[in-house]
Amino acid sequence: MHNKTIAELAKGLRSGEFSSVELTTAFLGRIKQHSSLNAYITVTEDLALQEAEAADARLAKGKAELLTGIPIAQKDIFCTEGVKTTCGSKILDNFIAPYNATVVDKFNSAGAVMLGKLNMDEFAMGSSNETSYYGAVKNPWDINTVPGGSSGGSAAAVAARLAVCATGTDTGGSIRQPAALCGITGLKPTYGRVSRYGMIAYASSLDQGGPMTRSAEDAAIMLQTMAGFDEKDSTSVDLPVPDYMAGLSNSLEGLKIGLPKEFFGEGLNSDVAAALEAAINEYRKLGAQVTEISMPTLKLAIPAYYVIAPAECSANLSRFDGVRFGYRCENPVDLTDLYTRSRGEGFGKEVKRRILMGTYALSAGYYDAYYIKAQKIRRLISEDFKKALSEVDVIMGPVTPSTAFGIGEKIGNPIEMYLSDIYTIAINLAGVPAMSVPAGFAKGMPVGLQIIGNYFAEGRLLNIAYQYQQVTDWHQQAPKGFE
Amino acid sequence: MNTQWETVIGLEIHAQLATKSKIFSGASTAYGAEPNTQACAVDLGLPGVLPVLNEEAVRMAVIFGMAIEAHIAPYSVFARKNYFYPDLPKGYQISQMDLPIVGVGHLDIDVDGVVKRIGITRAHLEEDAGKSLHENFHGLTGIDLNRAGTPLLEIVSEPEMSSAKEAVAYMRKMHELVRYLGICDGNMQEGSFRCDANVSVRPKGQKEFGTRAEIKNINSFKFVEKAINHEIERQIEVIEGGGIVVQETRLYDSVKDETRSMRSKEEANDYRYFPDPDLLPVLIDEDFKAQIKARLPELPQAKKQRFKDDYALDEENATLLTSSRRLADYFEIVVKESACEAKICANWVTGDLLAALNRADLEIADSPVSHERLAGLLKRISDDTISGKIAKQVFEELWQGTATADEVIEAKGLKQITDTGAIEAIIDKIIADNQDQVEQYRSGKDKVFGFFVGQVMKEMQGKANPGEVNKMLKAKLK
Repeated sequence: MHNKTIAELAKGLRSGEFSSVELTTAFLGRIKQHSSLNAYITVTEDLALQEAEAADARLAKGKAELLTGIPIAQKDIFCTEGVKTTCGSKILDNFIAPYNATVVDKFNSAGAVMLGKLNMDEFAMGSSNETSYYGAVKNPWDINTVPGGSSGGSAAAVAARLAVCATGTDTGGSIRQPAALCGITGLKPTYGRVSRYGMIAYASSLDQGGPMTRSAEDAAIMLQTMAGFDEKDSTSVDLPVPDYMAGLSNSLEGLKIGLPKEFFGEGLNSDVAAALEAAINEYRKLGAQVTEISMPTLKLAIPAYYVIAPAECSANLSRFDGVRFGYRCENPVDLTDLYTRSRGEGFGKEVKRRILMGTYALSAGYYDAYYIKAQKIRRLISEDFKKALSEVDVIMGPVTPSTAFGIGEKIGNPIEMYLSDIYTIAINLAGVPAMSVPAGFAKGMPVGLQIIGNYFAEGRLLNIAYQYQQVTDWHQQAPKGFE
Repeated sequence: MNTQWETVIGLEIHAQLATKSKIFSGASTAYGAEPNTQACAVDLGLPGVLPVLNEEAVRMAVIFGMAIEAHIAPYSVFARKNYFYPDLPKGYQISQMDLPIVGVGHLDIDVDGVVKRIGITRAHLEEDAGKSLHENFHGLTGIDLNRAGTPLLEIVSEPEMSSAKEAVAYMRKMHELVRYLGICDGNMQEGSFRCDANVSVRPKGQKEFGTRAEIKNINSFKFVEKAINHEIERQIEVIEGGGIVVQETRLYDSVKDETRSMRSKEEANDYRYFPDPDLLPVLIDEDFKAQIKARLPELPQAKKQRFKDDYALDEENATLLTSSRRLADYFEIVVKESACEAKICANWVTGDLLAALNRADLEIADSPVSHERLAGLLKRISDDTISGKIAKQVFEELWQGTATADEVIEAKGLKQITDTGAIEAIIDKIIADNQDQVEQYRSGKDKVFGFFVGQVMKEMQGKANPGEVNKMLKAKLK
């Protein structure tokens, strides 16, 4: 049951092969059985069973949607009414959200069943899920390695079949990088495609929620529910949501793929490169034309990102001050003490590092040299993407320089950790959509292929991923012990 | 004040915009609710919430910009102003910095009959913070976030005022304007209209500005004048005593009538402004401006001129009547409905009515005598049903009760007697009874005429038509 796709499960629920309660119970059992992965921060068992019962009733009435009764899980960055919402931080360890994120509301009205809230890097700052207050998540393909981050809990849960699918968020690669390291399918939509309301902000101009699934078809179903304009989010875009399922089977004949030479140079692990080469060959067989392109501004992405994202986060995280909600230090002697100790004790090291970097970059005398300059670079990067995507239909490349690294391996070296997002960060700066698709293995560990499209071309990306998944079975493989 | 010094003053006025809901959320902006009952998730700065701009606030800012003939920015940007304070829920205030919605404009003030044009640097939109409450919490501080997110228009003047008097004139003029435009209720006690004053002094003739001090949060015209004058004296004293004025923020204490230091420039926050990524730039096109322009109300200056031209009012009455849009509207309706001479209407409105309102501490909007009822009274003056003197008596009745002027006149029998027969009989009786005075009058003592008028009116309880009485008395006494 836990290996089925959403479409197969929806069929089974309708034929009476199993009920949503049975399905949900099975997943809750798996979550318990594999709790050592630490994928979940909160398991909402009672709520899930209630929702499953309601879904069964709805199914019985014949008023169900594709996701009705399907057990999913939410990254703990999305506010869920009445349920603890921690964002992976001690500072929100006692925070019960009084409202639902728009994305959560959408899944609720579709009748999806929420199994619980997934582990993540604290405030989505991290590439290994090791910055979580709730501890590291283990990669089901090798429990000594990281699942990636920040949506590490989501990637591990989907790969280990502890949820049919999960939500993730991606600010610099936080959907795609863990998807790649855990061998699942992840889509970061165009900035503005999915509402950010109720999604706790890290870097507002870069954050975007998206689906994390086993297949492109499942991602299409999830995105169909998640996407759309939200009047509560001024940066969401008021464009109609296309039928993502309808385009999946389109032919790839004549598809123009661009490979930026900057993506395939020094720093890319040779085993990963070999897997990608094979994947691109598959696309050639499907009728695609592959050309090399150049995007000279890509190398500027990491420095620009590490000014813009921390700058935004330094303001976004000011509301965690110990005054109205969240962690408050014991016996503050005065206001300054309340602030400094609540924040000092409530935030982890990486979060503090980024708040300090951002505060510095915005300070009088440094603003022009850092923030303004970074914004200029951001525009150049966007121009580079626009130019490239006017010449080719999609850009392909690696998601990560290597497969999953060891737990503890990079956490002491922030620069090295930041470089694990070297292929994903530029996409957030440009705001275009991109996917990570399972593309084989290197020494037994999953490799992801990144497919980058033009603004609002999610449908095309899903189609391109889907066609590849019709001729490969990488996405169907399960880690040992989780089959 | 020492004449060798001159003063430079610039004002930053915060006008609370009269929108129904907050600038970035749907919560109500009504004043006086129980603490924290008008603060929604967005106002509380809960994790994950996002601001959505209230278009009405933008519209009001544009109306203001047009009224001061300012440049309206086609592209303006909201920025985050970062600082920590318990009544600032997000740890930043959403404001505008580099690209404000309203650019350079001006306002003409009138001080002792001299008109002076004061430049306005800019006006920008921002959200208000909540309130910290220090009373009744046993040494703790309470936070009321009802005010958090209330829309403010911050109006920044050029440093072009040279006395407290000019600053007050500017503030009054601005107060009148925003109320005229219907964009601010102007309630200074509730903090809907308040200002910060930047004050510096320099030796007369010196071009460079002296070091300024900013006096924060002054919420009455009286305090503006006092605070500025006090600050001028303080600065001169410092300089003449051999000291230097330091750039700082000061607070005016209205009880002690003094300003005191809040923080110096060195302690000043670095607000780390940057564009708010949660909000799109505000784009204002020609269509939007044209729509607003078409609905722009007549401005005070133009209205005053029209009142002088169309109603033949003197400067004083025209100024008084156009000091608020509601009062001006009231007056115009009274003129129209009463068909009475405009000047008489003006005297009634600025005289008896305003006096009564002042005594009762009421605004024109809350006047117990509606424009219909006042017009009804004035109608009876113009058609000679009652005299002006009786009218004052009727007005008292209108103020106290709910009856119309006609009902009062009828019930109290106040109708003016124009029946010449009745008047003649009384006059004859008075003449017969007062032969001494008749002799005096006839021997040339004109003053005695007033005695006869008084006697007749007394006899007729004031109801005789005074014109008729005069005419007949003159004829009989010949």
